[in-house]
Amino acid sequence: MNIIIPIKQVPETSNVKMDPETGTMIREGLVSIINPLDLFAIELGIVLQEEAGGSTTVLSMGPPKAAEALREAMAMGCTDGILLSDRKFAGSDTWATSYALAQAIRKNGDFDLVICGERATDGDTGQVGPGIAAWLDLPVATYVSRLVENRPGSLVVERLVEDGYETLEVEKPCVLTVVKEAAYPRLPTLRGKQRARKTELPVWGAVDIDADPAALGLKGSPTRVVKINTPKVTRSGDIRTAGDPAELEAAVDDLVAYLEKIDLV
Amino acid sequence: MQDYSGVWILAEQRHGTVQTISYELLTRGRALADTLGVPLAAVILGPTDDAGLDELIRRGADRVIIADAPELAEFLPEPYTRTMAHLVKTHQPEIIIAGATSSGRTLMPLLAITCHAGLTADCTGLDIEDETGNLLQTRPAIGGNIMATIKSPAHRPQMATVRPKSTRPAPADPARTGALIRETIDPELLKSRVKRLGFTPADADAANIQEAEVVVAGGRGLKKGDNFGLINALAALLGGAVGASRDAVDRGWIGYPHQVGLSGKTVSPKLYLCAGVSGSIQHLAGIKTSENIIAVNSNPEAQIFQVANYGIVGDLFEVLPLLIDKIKAKQAATAATV
Ligand SMILES: Cc1cc2nc3c(=O)[nH]c(=O)nc-3n(C[C@H](O)[C@H](O)[C@H](O)COP(=O)(O)OP(=O)(O)OC[C@H]3O[C@@H](n4cnc5c(N)ncnc54)[C@H](O)[C@@H]3O)c2cc1C
Ligand SMILES: Nc1ncnc2c1ncn2[C@@H]1O[C@H](COP(=O)(O)O)[C@@H](O)[C@H]1O
Repeated sequence: MNIIIPIKQVPETSNVKMDPETGTMIREGLVSIINPLDLFAIELGIVLQEEAGGSTTVLSMGPPKAAEALREAMAMGCTDGILLSDRKFAGSDTWATSYALAQAIRKNGDFDLVICGERATDGDTGQVGPGIAAWLDLPVATYVSRLVENRPGSLVVERLVEDGYETLEVEKPCVLTVVKEAAYPRLPTLRGKQRARKTELPVWGAVDIDADPAALGLKGSPTRVVKINTPKVTRSGDIRTAGDPAELEAAVDDLVAYLEKIDLV
Repeated sequence: MQDYSGVWILAEQRHGTVQTISYELLTRGRALADTLGVPLAAVILGPTDDAGLDELIRRGADRVIIADAPELAEFLPEPYTRTMAHLVKTHQPEIIIAGATSSGRTLMPLLAITCHAGLTADCTGLDIEDETGNLLQTRPAIGGNIMATIKSPAHRPQMATVRPKSTRPAPADPARTGALIRETIDPELLKSRVKRLGFTPADADAANIQEAEVVVAGGRGLKKGDNFGLINALAALLGGAVGASRDAVDRGWIGYPHQVGLSGKTVSPKLYLCAGVSGSIQHLAGIKTSENIIAVNSNPEAQIFQVANYGIVGDLFEVLPLLIDKIKAKQAATAATV
């Protein structure tokens, strides 16, 4: 089974600091990591490949530095990596990103399955996975929370929706996007790291994937960012301190009164 | 581009019943259509009961476009995308908005590629640009740290998904009238390489957290999973659902369907009461539209207090048991007087 796993390198955003003057992200000291939600895609891919044989190819579109993310995924156990890097890709929205990734997947040859993360923590759209499926005209299952069975011509998966889990049978080749319930990511091993360092990592540009230049980058992107601002979330609430028993008693009494005022008790 | 006119909302039905998100979309769609001076249509795929279709009109749609083939009863990516692409080609709307739901977030990117259209995910604000009539789409980005406004000036239709609960459902006006348009779809378009084999409902509590009037949530401050008992007890007393921070979910104290925030669910209840939650920007992204926010946290600097209407700086293991006792006492007293 040949599996392609598109992964994105993102800034570690859990404690991003914003410049209050300019409303932009302070990039100094920010570490780049594999999009945390892609780790579940990587793990599921490796598990499937360990069972069924074949290959797991991680694919990333980004600056040369994104090679780090690919090597880390290979250290976890992915067999191959491809870096898509070219100035022509810069400024791509999800439409142009999924086009470039789909072209690279086509170019790479036969495959049975593409596994994406649910969404990237920076772009945060969740649109690239289905986008790839649309470009490749493949069936897709999103929000996959469990792989139930790998059948000869299809996969049976469970999909997380608002009110429960759907069980779906999806014909191969297909695209899945997975949520974090789908797998429990392993850590890279030392041997894996050594192997990853030695494995060749091809870098492809726009020409290598036979891409239509008009569909790439900012020029090929239907959407435009017109404005950025920093949201201010402040309510001037009534904040009490419950340091000693008397304060505690009073604060809780007032809380009950508040609930009463809004008709909840 | 000039050939494209009119605003569409993609209404959702589940098991034949129109979902609330459809009415929230009508609130958005009505405002956009009125600003542009064009009609508003609700599109609904799959067999839907007639009362539900009329309700879409009463809540603001000028027309309802219905594709009620049985193959569309449940969401399946291919038949839904092909049907929508066919409808878009026939009617050429300038704007399509859908819910940022499991189906909306799947269908819309598939459709956007098919129609060569721009698509913005998870919007919290939609507006029309004065001079151009372009759709301005505002959404949180970089973990909720910024708001970005996006447009698709050169492509039609302009497409966006909208966060559930980020606006109120449109009210019903019994006097409103409108047209129901039934479309016949070529069976070729309804083929699917994805088959639905079954469905397992989630536990009712997790399923209704987005609909609940009260959400009581816990975070890492609870120290261990068993202590969710306090949150459950309080939620039960207030007739509410149970929510959690990502930290609590990651620790396995409660299931992912309960997660509130950027990578979980957005809630918009009358009351959001949380304890032991620090109020990270990602968590706040999911609770901002709540009417009342009440927080209990031992750290006076916790960010949650910046958005709380009422807060107690204190130990949740003291505050919650006392609160539970006092509410019980109050409820018993009220029960005794009626
Ligand atoms: C891309 C991205 C997406 C994310 N999405 C989400 C999301 O959807 N939802 C989400 O919640 N998080 C999300 N996070 C994680 C988020 O950044 C925080 O890590 C998380 O919300 C913290 O959870 P917490 O408040 O429970 O834990 P902590 O931040 O550790 O806070 C625990 C709080 O409990 C208080 N406390 C401790 N003991 C007591 C006591 N005895 N009594 C009272 N208070 C006490 C502490 O003062 C502290 O404020 C996301 C992060 C990223 C990067
Ligand atoms: N630049 C990229 N390179 C490789 N994969 C990507 C890239 N951007 C997005 N993806 C994949 O698409 C998923 C959804 O991303 P997004 O639509 O940006 O939220 C991610 O989890 C990745 O699997």
